[in-house]
Amino acid sequence: MNLDSLVGLADGLRRGDFSSEELTRHCLDRIEQHDAGLNAFITVTADSALAAAREADQKLRNGATHALTGIPLAHKDIFCTDGVLTTCGSKMLENFIAPYDATVVTRLREHGVVMLGKTNMDEFAMGSSNESSFFGAVRNPWNTDLVPGGSSGGSAAAVAAGLVPVATGTDTGGSVRQPAALTGITGMKPTYGRVSRYGMIAFASSLDQAGVLCRSARDAALVLEAMAGFDERDSTSAPAAVPAFSQQLDGDIAGLRIGLPAQFDTPDIDRGVSAALAAALQSLVDEGAELVDIELPHTPLSVPAYYVVAPAECSSNLSRFDGVRFGHRCDNPRDLEDLYRRSRTEGFGAEVTRRILTGTYVLSAGYFDAYYLQAQKVRALINADFQSAFAHVDVIIGPTSPTPAFALGAKTDDPVTMYLNDIFTIGVSLAGLPAASVPCGFADGLPVGMQIIGDHFDESRVLKVAHRYQQLTDWHLRRPPAYRSDA
Amino acid sequence: MSWEAVIGLEVHVQLATNSKIFSGSATAYGAPPNTQASLIDLGSPGVLPVLNRQAVLMAVRFGLAIDAVINQRSVFARKNYFYPDLPKGYQISQYEIPIVGAGHLQINDADGNAREIRITRAHLEEDAGKSIHDEREASSGIDLNRAGTPLLEVVTEPDMRSAGEAVAVLRKLHSLVRYLDVCDGNMQEGSFRCDANVSIRRQGAEAYGTRAEIKNLNSFRFIEKAINFEIERQSEVLESGGSVVQETRLYDAARDETRPMRSKEEANDYRYFPDPDLLPVVIDDATIADIRAALPELPDAKMQRLQSSLGLSAYDAQVLTSNKATAYYFEALAAQLPGHEKLAANWVLGELTAMLNKHDLDEEHSRVSPAQLAGLLQRIVDQTISGKIAKDVFEAMWDGEGNADEIIAAKGLQQITDTSALEGVIDEVVEGNPKQLEQYRQGKQQLLGYFVGQVMKATAGKANPAEVNRLLKIRLDASP
Repeated sequence: MNLDSLVGLADGLRRGDFSSEELTRHCLDRIEQHDAGLNAFITVTADSALAAAREADQKLRNGATHALTGIPLAHKDIFCTDGVLTTCGSKMLENFIAPYDATVVTRLREHGVVMLGKTNMDEFAMGSSNESSFFGAVRNPWNTDLVPGGSSGGSAAAVAAGLVPVATGTDTGGSVRQPAALTGITGMKPTYGRVSRYGMIAFASSLDQAGVLCRSARDAALVLEAMAGFDERDSTSAPAAVPAFSQQLDGDIAGLRIGLPAQFDTPDIDRGVSAALAAALQSLVDEGAELVDIELPHTPLSVPAYYVVAPAECSSNLSRFDGVRFGHRCDNPRDLEDLYRRSRTEGFGAEVTRRILTGTYVLSAGYFDAYYLQAQKVRALINADFQSAFAHVDVIIGPTSPTPAFALGAKTDDPVTMYLNDIFTIGVSLAGLPAASVPCGFADGLPVGMQIIGDHFDESRVLKVAHRYQQLTDWHLRRPPAYRSDA
Repeated sequence: MSWEAVIGLEVHVQLATNSKIFSGSATAYGAPPNTQASLIDLGSPGVLPVLNRQAVLMAVRFGLAIDAVINQRSVFARKNYFYPDLPKGYQISQYEIPIVGAGHLQINDADGNAREIRITRAHLEEDAGKSIHDEREASSGIDLNRAGTPLLEVVTEPDMRSAGEAVAVLRKLHSLVRYLDVCDGNMQEGSFRCDANVSIRRQGAEAYGTRAEIKNLNSFRFIEKAINFEIERQSEVLESGGSVVQETRLYDAARDETRPMRSKEEANDYRYFPDPDLLPVVIDDATIADIRAALPELPDAKMQRLQSSLGLSAYDAQVLTSNKATAYYFEALAAQLPGHEKLAANWVLGELTAMLNKHDLDEEHSRVSPAQLAGLLQRIVDQTISGKIAKDVFEAMWDGEGNADEIIAAKGLQQITDTSALEGVIDEVVEGNPKQLEQYRQGKQQLLGYFVGQVMKATAGKANPAEVNRLLKIRLDASP
């Protein structure tokens, strides 16, 4: 069975080439066979997946179905799943069984999707290498000595290794796009507000956005249109109608104006990444696209601004993990203060603790104006940069990550270097824009991602450009050798 | 040298919505612990708040009633602190931009002069849950039924100069929120609570003294006692050469004193910042206009009208309008007794109030409705019964014996106005009291009252007193 295309799988299911149960068993077998070396899954829900698959098969026989009916999928372990362990990659929630389904989970289930399990992630989505997970690091299928990126590293590795055709992720500063780039798959983060955050355990509420990791822009469009839309349970979800993304992919890109920000051309970019990107741009120009030099002058401020805003919100969002109602509680607390102190110290890992402390500091009396307020001003400037750019261009393109995948442990001792790895994705998050990362070649044998950024609620155009590019190239179909279906 | 008190208030008004401010859970009081706590109230991972529109409309209604600035864009903020009955580790409140800005209230001071009290602001926020410390040996319980209950926190300027004025302001606010139907006003259940900021300064001084905040005030009586205790305490401190410490103090009603709270509980830096889960609250002109148009007549306006168009005294008008239930009862009653509003007022303030007090009820729960009472007062007006008999009929009505006419008929209480029937009784009385008749005729005119009393007694109070007077005079003054 070829997991490279959801459309192909959907056709196979309808033709009766295979059943959803067979497809689900195939994925479960792949997980069984390969996940020990990748650590992409925290929980595999084999029994309920097979039951859901049989239900989907019944629906398929009855004929009335959605394109995703019977398609297996994995959820990042940040989405609450009713009755299923939901850890957020943390010891704090090591034993937390969610009492309800996130809106994303509900919507996909209503479309007949079969949940295979929950994927590994950086603890509370804080990290760019998936090394901060309490459940251990995830490994990159292209080279298991390397990181898969983060924080949706488990979802990325699972899709890249062909364990599942598609997985959900979340993106706060690049957590869908960067792991997609580092594992050679397609990742799409929609506009802030496009997908409901209800049931998605919050890291930084004003930045968190659910996304999808899969093998092509066409697959991303299909899944995104099922996930997206206003949700009355999330006040920040947009009341805007959701276009049928999968119906708007075709068409040429002649006359497309592509913005190339001067600030994305930095000396830190790996040469192989630059070369792959240049070749990709050329192929778009060959299709009639036009390259336009633009300025995003406040780009260098995006990482510092992000590392004020995101920790500030996280310090407050994570206050509910206090050992009182759910989550880790220390043994034999002496008193209330001891309960708080030890439950939280034991339950949170180093990166989460670092961000809670940073966030608490920047919100403190006497520092609020200098840090939090200042960062919000910078955020407004970054958004204004993008808005002026979109007055002249249709999309903005650049690298997703300055380098290909790096070695496990290479940056864990130096958080700032790790943070700077997200320089190209963070500004987009601060501005709440939609962006995709699509595979655009290799550098030293490792996949390189091209980031396509659109204006607010212009996912259709981003997906169309990505789709056109994927019709011209086959980078998105490359598989890490050790995980090819016949391997 | 004498001291002047300076008092400001923070009043927590629990809004009378059906559901909580950010979740669909019920807000009813007294349910078993944690039966009205949804995943949102519990702060379960991943849940999000959704603002209750009703709470916003009630806040605007209150704002318009105190003639306040309505901020058409207000912002919810997070107030961060750890406490077991605060499930999320932060309270959602409004900080920099509250929904209601500056407004004002009018009260009468001790000398009866009108005084304006400035309202600083009123903001929406969620209530916390309740910690229960005394039910288990080694642990505390948490009841989150109250968590997420909508509150409107009303903050005044430090414009009050005595405990009495502070209570007058609170009574005024209490009356107002009930007129507006935004709060049930139940102080025992905590629907209307108050903290008081109290400082003192030398009479005539400009600068404020250091203030203490007194918490936990849930009755008008305790508020007055607590503030007076605090004024006394501070003046003793200052007069003995000490200085007042800025602190939060709890009022202990059992000991009638205020005590400092542990300083640890105060050392919070709340790290306020705008809540990213909620959009700014935007209220358009049309919504404000609709709310304004639907405002009921407010107590001050009603008081004026009762004086000017019904001719009631300032005192009666003030008492009748001091709370919504009384005012609405009176108006329903008076509407059925045109021209006899004073009689209606006397009955509401007299018999009805006494009966309600005796049974600890308010007018809304009176066992005699305005229509029933009107039926009774009609019989006084048309002289079917006397005012005195009416009181007995009222008691019978209260006890559920029927309406006024039924009771009057059943008990034969109809006034005797028939001249011939009265003349017979008068003859009997006059003839049965020859000594008194002799004295009367010798000039002791005040004995008329004695004869009237005898006639009333003989008729069991049913004789029409005016008619008895008239006929007696004729009979007594007639030549023997």
